[in-house]
Amino acid sequence: MTQGALVWIEQFQGRAASASWEALGAARTLAPDGPVIAAVFGQGVGDVAQEAIRRGADTVLVADDATLADYRFEPYVALLAQIVQERQPAFVLGAATVAGREVLAGTAADVGAGLLTDVTELSLEGGKLQAVRPVIGGKALSVEAITADGPQFATLRPRAFPASEPDESRSGEVVALSPALSEDAIATKVEATEARSGTVSLTDATIIVSGGRGVGGPEGFEPVRELASVLGAAVGASRAAVDAGWIPYEHQVGQTGKVVSPDLYIAVGISGAIQHQAGMRTAKVIVAINKDPDAPIFKLARYGIVGDLFEVLPALTDELRRRLG
Amino acid sequence: MHVVVITKNTPDTAANVTVKGDGTIDWGSTLVVNPWDEYAITEAVLLKGAHNGTATILTVGGEEHSEALKHGLAIGCDQAIRVWDEALAGVDSLAYAEAAAAAIRKLGDVDLVLFGREFADTATDQHIYQVARKLGWTMLGSVAKIDAIDFAAKTIRVIRQTEHGAQTVSSALPAVVSVLKDINEPKYPTFIGIRKAAKAEMPVWSAADLGLDASALQPRAQQLRYQTLPVREGTVEMIEGATAQEKAAKLVDKLIEEKVL
Repeated sequence: MTQGALVWIEQFQGRAASASWEALGAARTLAPDGPVIAAVFGQGVGDVAQEAIRRGADTVLVADDATLADYRFEPYVALLAQIVQERQPAFVLGAATVAGREVLAGTAADVGAGLLTDVTELSLEGGKLQAVRPVIGGKALSVEAITADGPQFATLRPRAFPASEPDESRSGEVVALSPALSEDAIATKVEATEARSGTVSLTDATIIVSGGRGVGGPEGFEPVRELASVLGAAVGASRAAVDAGWIPYEHQVGQTGKVVSPDLYIAVGISGAIQHQAGMRTAKVIVAINKDPDAPIFKLARYGIVGDLFEVLPALTDELRRRLG
Repeated sequence: MHVVVITKNTPDTAANVTVKGDGTIDWGSTLVVNPWDEYAITEAVLLKGAHNGTATILTVGGEEHSEALKHGLAIGCDQAIRVWDEALAGVDSLAYAEAAAAAIRKLGDVDLVLFGREFADTATDQHIYQVARKLGWTMLGSVAKIDAIDFAAKTIRVIRQTEHGAQTVSSALPAVVSVLKDINEPKYPTFIGIRKAAKAEMPVWSAADLGLDASALQPRAQQLRYQTLPVREGTVEMIEGATAQEKAAKLVDKLIEEKVL
């Protein structure tokens, strides 16, 4: 008999991925009577374990070991599968990040469980997980359900669920675990890690400023970056700007790039092709700045400014610098 | 060396899809090779060329996926195999992975299995990681570059790109690798390639050929119906002003009101 929920908490260099706290919140909703168990793998992750308790875990299973210091598929999956077999949680949740999608899928394969990936809504129908997920690059939604008995797996799209808020008065138990694999049994070795520096990740960002064909060239991203910097925002781009070689692919928002869901999305010189809309249409507030008043992006936007971005953006940057201090 | 690339056909990403009243979907276009797979197929062809080996393109799916196989043959894959069986209709990712892994085992001498980032239509990638688990092989996901590969020594070094940055990882072969767009410039079929592909024999392997019984292909999740996207309510409010400064100030007021700043 399965009971409660298990959440895999992703961490990088001792800091939890914010989307993991969204999964922890969803776990409590699905299993209100608990137990809600968090699993934290890494090295020097005691703070993450304590934060998991403050954010709603009843128990945190911590595997703190050099073999788990960097994310690697094999030791992470082997350990999570071992935990699922032992604890038999009704639900196994994680964030639909690069690592979350890999780890939960691998674990579901090991234990023979059903998995719903990158979901934006979750409910229970007769004890089985049912989810809504965007498909075909966000142009339609698919309703899918787990049918098998046993632990039910889902990964949650970042920023689609509210994060559980920390409560300093909560207490819980921390249980230390040993890794499932020794270093000799792991085929992969991490040789170098180059952490993203200084810039905000698109999928986690609360504000995104994106540039498109209208910025006119690589130098056109300068005012975009300056505005983003004042706002603490991530920099995005349309496919047209990426294909033109003005900005690297990792900045691309849209059907063949990243799907984002910020509170504020400022589209600069982006006409708003359907493929771009698919990547950003769930933003809470969309602002469009474009010199073409007929650009399709204005149909999606909450606020629009028709004008030359080389005048509007510096004015906006100055205004924000003045008001936000 | 032997590299296998796994693909399928998907609707064209530029097409408009329509969700119908009964919860079914009209994909709105002819099928094309899954766009993410163009990079994986190209990488397979580049590797087999550089290392004087064999590239096999494989799909798990019905006749409609033959076009993806022909695309692979046309740009230089040596052979194409389609895995299909009535028992595979409507299966979930794990049953798909069982079938794909069984086909790779049947091929026998495979060093590397390549996938594109995800299937563009269902937006799923879990089958990739599940194939690695079913084979018991190393998984290297989100690879932006194969930095070094030595089929004789059975080693590989790749650069993975994630939300956190870049990770350089080395591993033993055989391995399963999923690739990102950064990895290469996709090759496109030539006229001669297309003519050769049109004449190629493409064997179909059934569940029985792969030694899979019905219990291995039992789905654990299912697709129920499609829904249209919720309509974004409201209309755009155009910010007017005599100067850029005036427009900027008005916009900032609005954004503060919306509590997004």
